[in-house]
Amino acid sequence: MGRTNPVKNPAINPVTNPVINPVTNGNMKIHLNGNNSAAWQKNGFRNKLQINSMTNGSGPPTGKRLFQGPESFEQAPMYVAVMTYLGFGLVTLFGYFRDFLRAVGLEKCHIAKERDEQKDFVSLYQDFENFYTRNLYMRVRDSWNRPICSLPGPVFDVMERVSPDYNWTFRLTGKTIHNVINMGSYNYLGFAENNADFLKTVAERTQQYGLGVCSTRQEMGNLGIHEELEELVATFLGVESSMILGMGFATNSMNIPALVGKGCLILSDELNHTSLILGARLSGATIRVFKHNNMQSLERLLRDAVCSGQPRTHRPWKKIMIMVEGIYSMEGSVVRLPDIVALKKKYKAYLYLDEAHSIGAVGPTGRGVTELFGLDPSDVDVLMGTFTKSFGAAGGYIAGKKELVDYLRCHSHSAVYSSAMSPPVTEQILRAMRCIMGQDGTKIGQTRVRQLAENTRYFRSHLQEMGFIIYGNDDSPVIPVLLYMPAKVVAFSRAMLKRKIGVVVVGFPATPITEARARFCLSAAHTKEMLDQVLFDLNEVGDELCLKFSQRKYTLRPKVPYHNNNDTDFELGR
Amino acid sequence: MASGQQWVLVEMVQALYEAPAYHLILEGILILWIVRLLFSKTYKLQERSDLTEKEKEDLIEEWQPEPLVPPVSKDHPSLNYDIVSGPPSHNIVVNGKQCINFASFNFLGLLDNERVKQKALASLRKYGVGTCGPRGFYGTFDVHLELEDRLAKFMRTEEAIIYSYGFATIASAIPAYSKRGDIVFVDEAACFSIQKGLQASRSFIKYFKHNDMEDLERLLKEQEVEDQKNPRKARVTRRFIVVEGLYINTADVCPLPDLVKLKYKYKVRIFLEESMSFGVLGGRGRGVTEHFGVNIDDIDLISANMENAVASIGGFCCGRSFVIDHQRLSGQGYCFSASLPPMLAAAAIEALNIMEEDPDIFSVLREKCEQVHKALQGTPGIKVVGESYVPALHLQLESSSGSRETDVKRLRQIVDYCLERQIALTLARYLDKEERFLPPPSIRVVVTIEQTTEDINRAASCIREAALVILK
Repeated sequence: MGRTNPVKNPAINPVTNPVINPVTNGNMKIHLNGNNSAAWQKNGFRNKLQINSMTNGSGPPTGKRLFQGPESFEQAPMYVAVMTYLGFGLVTLFGYFRDFLRAVGLEKCHIAKERDEQKDFVSLYQDFENFYTRNLYMRVRDSWNRPICSLPGPVFDVMERVSPDYNWTFRLTGKTIHNVINMGSYNYLGFAENNADFLKTVAERTQQYGLGVCSTRQEMGNLGIHEELEELVATFLGVESSMILGMGFATNSMNIPALVGKGCLILSDELNHTSLILGARLSGATIRVFKHNNMQSLERLLRDAVCSGQPRTHRPWKKIMIMVEGIYSMEGSVVRLPDIVALKKKYKAYLYLDEAHSIGAVGPTGRGVTELFGLDPSDVDVLMGTFTKSFGAAGGYIAGKKELVDYLRCHSHSAVYSSAMSPPVTEQILRAMRCIMGQDGTKIGQTRVRQLAENTRYFRSHLQEMGFIIYGNDDSPVIPVLLYMPAKVVAFSRAMLKRKIGVVVVGFPATPITEARARFCLSAAHTKEMLDQVLFDLNEVGDELCLKFSQRKYTLRPKVPYHNNNDTDFELGR
Repeated sequence: MASGQQWVLVEMVQALYEAPAYHLILEGILILWIVRLLFSKTYKLQERSDLTEKEKEDLIEEWQPEPLVPPVSKDHPSLNYDIVSGPPSHNIVVNGKQCINFASFNFLGLLDNERVKQKALASLRKYGVGTCGPRGFYGTFDVHLELEDRLAKFMRTEEAIIYSYGFATIASAIPAYSKRGDIVFVDEAACFSIQKGLQASRSFIKYFKHNDMEDLERLLKEQEVEDQKNPRKARVTRRFIVVEGLYINTADVCPLPDLVKLKYKYKVRIFLEESMSFGVLGGRGRGVTEHFGVNIDDIDLISANMENAVASIGGFCCGRSFVIDHQRLSGQGYCFSASLPPMLAAAAIEALNIMEEDPDIFSVLREKCEQVHKALQGTPGIKVVGESYVPALHLQLESSSGSRETDVKRLRQIVDYCLERQIALTLARYLDKEERFLPPPSIRVVVTIEQTTEDINRAASCIREAALVILK
């Protein structure tokens, strides 16, 4: 590959052994020294494969590590990048050609037009902005926004759409594609379910409270069940206090501005979610970006910030806040929390951890990345997470010390200006969280957490064995499978739907231009049969479309057996 | 020509031989000087003094950040929320006291409507609660498509798009269109979510005085003059007017017909925030456009939330497809957030059904509003802020004590007095430091169709009593 991607190529990354045993790696003490990196270069692997070992030599020794696995970001062979650029080039050329045809009136233009009355207004959109939408996205947009008409459980029903005009408009045929295996929803613990027994309390709350709240928390919308949930969240996370909000996205964008402002510095991972970026931007603080999960880059920024202070005035920064996510939803990577905590302590920065994808999904009992690394939750200053994913509900929380939460209750934008959380949604979170904590008197929750970890390992190891390039941490239930070329992305998505498997594909601009991918989200509700079916189809489609780019050999890896933990009456919701 | 050049060269060499020694030495020195000038730096570099590692360590050791959050005193006015036990409907239990609700924006009383609840329950049985994904990734349910369709039909626009949170709706819609370098004209009384949307857009923002069309026209004229100076830039600078239909902060209505005139005169697009007026104003609850009889196509974008009159959660934008469709790829709160839980969407659909079947509720609401407005007149020391037909009024102090804190305290005493006597009111809450133009402190009075004449009279007399006792 011509371009070495700086994101996945922390060149000074200390890795000793290309064949890493996933289980023992966490306990290996690895030191950064010249000999190792020389040997590393010699064996020729460096350009093809990086393994971000979680044990990083840069920080001081940190807390004990439990069972986190290695993280891998294999690079594809050179010809793949060439073909990808070629593909984009071809589509772009073709786009210009068709724009020309539309301009001279040879091709009908389907795009919605401005009203005649407003033709002389300044154009609402810039032309180049629309070029991509009009000529690239339009051709393939049947791969996204597929409407479904059932529970988003392990299998769902997709509504069949047809397009008479190459995706400019869609018509629902009224037919339904039943029992499509759902590999796209963030239903990590299978709490997206409609079992009447499980949802009894939710139904009761709906009957009792209605759906909305019609007021903000500070005015007349602070319901007793909101406070109940806040207490439970704090207990679940092992912190002093917490605050809940009605929308996960808004949890970031409406609370970060209350915590930092002018004269503060935010150090943000380059792959942070839009909501974090928006929150940071709204706060008015200075933002600097460090390379994804790269501790050297972060430390350099921290050192520089503390030593030289604010630009121009050189006044010291008021606060420095590091913003990271637990699991990165597009990479499947897990934050290097122990190293970040060590750095944060050394440089007295604050740490804001967004656990949108990791809460419930990782850690031996589902408490997220702090538990995965065996860290004390109080080491993280601001714990944020959402209820959309693992809890099958909606909304988000911020948790931490009592002073933090008290301050936010007074100064958070959300407490003052936005509607409080819907009562049935609150109840769903309460019930799911109690289930994970075992407060419902069953082991269902813990079984699911284990099942998810099991499914993750099983699926990942088989994908690697088949020769797909997959990204991310061995423990991450988000599994990106690299497809690279734009045409393959769409072909893959369509072929999989034909085989009744719903997958999510993402390309530019959500990913770097050469790294389009499919993303699999595993769920505890997936059975072995489902996973095997998906793997079988993946194998065939992978051969058909030539998607097996990996040059690594995984024969050394012990085959991961599948233990079905379904000894309790685990409902799949169908 | 060639021979001429040769001749010059020969002459030069000859001149070199003939030149006196001092001349040659001088020239040599000059050449050396030029060389020196070429290679030396003509300015003096700033003294560079890189910090040593030790000094850096010391700096790191010395630096003490501010605490993450400043301490909050235990009796901070907004720290201890009123606790509502049970549903926040017409009869509400606040801090353990059974009250009549004059505080929740449940204008049409749909919060405890049995039909709405049944539809939501049916949806719960089919879809569960969460959607577990954004709209793009299998988070689009048939219920969402139906709701969008219904909203578009209800508002008589081409298209509607739903968001999963009311606040995020206009806050995402504005930056989807208005970018860096564009100009937005905004009313000073605009609500907080508009302010956040504007901030996210990074456009130039020009505030005009609340509902003052002359002031707006002055700004538009200024801009016109500016545009004539730089027509090239003007051709790519988008302009927007952002107004609220019914202002939550001032309880009055924007002069929409005048705004539409200005729109065509100065070629500015209008974005209208209708969270308070959707399901309230107009004969069929379509909001300010219907109230004034303005053609809805003249408004470029209408945004509203479904958290007030509709009594669910979420928000929507509607308008022409040319405008609205853009948000499906550019509305951040739409693309990057999980979609609205189906049961909340189902509840909103049923609310629309009720609003369509029985448009009389809007005239009932209007009557109640006028009743409340009238009943509150003449409260000593209190002025009623807002139009007579508006269901969310403000009670402000007639004469401020000069300190906001004291004013808030006195108003809070009135609220507490009423709470004791089973009338639930609330202070209008703001973030004092974040608001662009902080409204004066006030008590919110919300009218719903469930309030009986008796309730209204009781509330009015209770507020009067409280004012007499507390304001003296």
